[in-house]
Amino acid sequence: MSVLDKLLPEFFVKIDRDLCIKCGQCVNNCGFSALLQDKDKNVKPIHEKCVACQRCMFVCPTKAIQIMKFPGTQKHNDYWNPEYINNIKKQANTGGILLTAAGTDKPYPIIFDRLFLDACQVTNPSIDPLREPMEIISYLGEKPSDIAIEFKDNNYILKNKLKPNIKLSSPIIFAAMSYGAISLNAHKSLVRAARECGILMNTGEGGLHKDLYEYADNIIVQVASGRFGVDSDYLKRAAAIEIKVGQGAKPGIGGHLPGYKVDDEVSSTRMIPKGTDALSPAPHHDIYSIEDLAQLIASLKEATDYSKPIGVKIAAVHNVAAIASGVARADADYIVIDGFRGGTGAAPTMIRDHIGIPIELAIAAVDDRLRKEKIRNKVSIVAAGGIRHAADMAKILTLGADFVTIGTASLIAMGCTLCQKCYTGNCSWGIATQRPDLVDRLDPEEVSKKLVNLVRGWSLELKEIMGALGINAIESLIGNRERLRALELSKETLDVLGVKPAGR
Amino acid sequence: MIPALEHIPSGCAAAGIMNKSGIRISGDAIMDMMSVMHSRSNGLGGGFAAYGIYPETPDNYCLHIMFDTESAKREVDSLIEENFIVERQEKIPTKIIKEIKDPPLLWRYFVLPKPEKLVAKNMHADDFVVKLVMLINTRIPGSYVNSSGKNMGVFKGVGYPEDIGRFFMLEKYGAYIWTAHGRFPTNTPGWWAGAHPFSILDWTVVHNGEISSYGINKRFLETYGYECVLLTDTEVIAYTFDLLVRKHGLPLDIACNVVASKFWKDIELMPEEEKKLHTALRMTYGNLLLNGPFAIIVATNNYMMGLNDRIKLRPLVYGKKGEFSYLASEESSIRKVESNLDDVYSLVAGKPLKVEVSKDVCA
Repeated sequence: MSVLDKLLPEFFVKIDRDLCIKCGQCVNNCGFSALLQDKDKNVKPIHEKCVACQRCMFVCPTKAIQIMKFPGTQKHNDYWNPEYINNIKKQANTGGILLTAAGTDKPYPIIFDRLFLDACQVTNPSIDPLREPMEIISYLGEKPSDIAIEFKDNNYILKNKLKPNIKLSSPIIFAAMSYGAISLNAHKSLVRAARECGILMNTGEGGLHKDLYEYADNIIVQVASGRFGVDSDYLKRAAAIEIKVGQGAKPGIGGHLPGYKVDDEVSSTRMIPKGTDALSPAPHHDIYSIEDLAQLIASLKEATDYSKPIGVKIAAVHNVAAIASGVARADADYIVIDGFRGGTGAAPTMIRDHIGIPIELAIAAVDDRLRKEKIRNKVSIVAAGGIRHAADMAKILTLGADFVTIGTASLIAMGCTLCQKCYTGNCSWGIATQRPDLVDRLDPEEVSKKLVNLVRGWSLELKEIMGALGINAIESLIGNRERLRALELSKETLDVLGVKPAGR
Repeated sequence: MIPALEHIPSGCAAAGIMNKSGIRISGDAIMDMMSVMHSRSNGLGGGFAAYGIYPETPDNYCLHIMFDTESAKREVDSLIEENFIVERQEKIPTKIIKEIKDPPLLWRYFVLPKPEKLVAKNMHADDFVVKLVMLINTRIPGSYVNSSGKNMGVFKGVGYPEDIGRFFMLEKYGAYIWTAHGRFPTNTPGWWAGAHPFSILDWTVVHNGEISSYGINKRFLETYGYECVLLTDTEVIAYTFDLLVRKHGLPLDIACNVVASKFWKDIELMPEEEKKLHTALRMTYGNLLLNGPFAIIVATNNYMMGLNDRIKLRPLVYGKKGEFSYLASEESSIRKVESNLDDVYSLVAGKPLKVEVSKDVCA
């Protein structure tokens, strides 16, 4: 190996010899084989292999391990930062595409952090959610544009026949993450939590494992360009079906599950041979235009007797409002807009970090467009990609989304530390891996409780925010941009958001 | 800058009187009712709606319009001439009193849409009038249509309600329904068009409260062609009732179940058909829920209705004496004009109280 081939490690693992009791837990727990023990049981780090997933730090009983940025420094440069330099060296070595995972970590402006919610003072009372009803139930699906009523036998009778809708106890959906990308135990945790919370989880594009069949009422199944695991039973074992066209982390790009993650179970669930790469084409090869999408939506409705909502997931790209309008007119019942901060199990770094637009702008533009065209009732809008906490959720609802999906946040509740190495299949937390030794450490019983707690916590916080706003039903929050103000955003951005500057 | 460019929260006093048989009474009683609640207003807005005041032209739409300038009036005049047959037009009579300063030009037009215009636009007369009202309010700066119904009118402006009433000489009008409002806006100089009642066609609304859901109520109504330019939350209430009752044909009590919807916990307990209906109402019209404190008095040519928000955050009292029904923010206001009531009680949260004129006076 020439010195030109070498890269300096990203992280430096420091073992405090005084504190270390040589128990070896860190070594056993590291999914990346970055720690070894010598014959005297001394722990020896291999810095190059460490990804800072922090599993060892969490398990070490004496806190003898510290992971830090590699201290060997390069000449400071604000433009050519160490990441870019290292990436160039990697590519000079391999001629390959840079890979990464999770949502973009680049310091782009964060619109959420420039938005502020309102509260009541004097002229209208705030409402105490502990004492008064505070309603956050929402229905996913197409709504009528008006209601027709008949008066019969001294009773009002509803004359409309409603389109299928799903009732959610909280406006939260676990984001699409496929079995294959994440482990079966992770999927089980999500689906159990979804049932307990009265919400939905999304299988992603990797098919539906048989252990999840009994949870059909809380599952959205995806139909993506690879059509993995799709047959008529699959479509029937779900509360809703979602056509995945795009993903915020990699708009315009397909998927690639490496063969080493395709074991027996993944193989049978996805309906592909064991050990083969699962490749999702960039486009659906039966959708080359909007009329093709309309046909697929119609086919799925026909296949399921018009009994469940059919959604379409698209990435937030420049023309997202017009696209969403087309999707609504193609008879989708809900649209997921995935912003450029959306996560992924694997994506080319250049795509993840440089394609798409922020979710805040996309949702505002889509909501506006659908209202202008008088078709807002035809679809529920689901905002995805980078919702970090309940206030982000409240803000995006206020901008016009009906629901949010949480992917990264739910992974963090399951143990994820955002090391962004999902595509390696070595996840030390048992989430983004199929290695039995790693998957086994994720206990669905324990982890689903964490997820339930997260949803509960965010729901309570949402209610607190609504109470402060003097609003006791989520229908009055969604799209109520009058209750948002912005700090230091350009006039053009304010115009797109439909939000006034703070102080006005 | 026109103060109305900002959304204005407000406190307020509201009152209404109705005679069941359609017997018309002068404006003295309603002004009396308002004077008792003087301290609920701050002099920055008062107004009245009166039904049955133009019996000689009951079939004409009467447009009450305010103009900031002569040129605004000229523009509106030509628009009206182009679209309507004008039966009569005149300055709305007023009296100079020291309490009322700097009024705008106040005119009323008794009109009917030109039949050829209705044919060309393929519109009903009511829809045509709504469209023209929206057009005047949004496209002709400095002109505001205060009311546009038949045999009724809205009189409002900047001042205490009892002074506004004297200014318009309401003692000289006879009406079988009177509603009134005194404003306590908290952050604005007075603005004539910003006073209550708000009205479209023969709907009028007076409102005590602040609609915390205003932003989304407005955006929802916009998708149905209503343009909220007066930027006061009460405006959306008038348009909401017009949409639900006139356009979508819902019964009034069902419309009330939209603006003060049933709680999900109560819907859960309903019999199946009723549950389906209320679930569908919330799914469809959820954005029209008026969230936040309100007591409103809605009136049309043949009824008056009081309604509170669904957790009752504002007062509203009903009183009855013979053929007269009263609604007011305070019982004292009713007692001032009728001390010996047959019945008096507070409205229940979210439950409408409607009193009807027994014969169809406006037919």
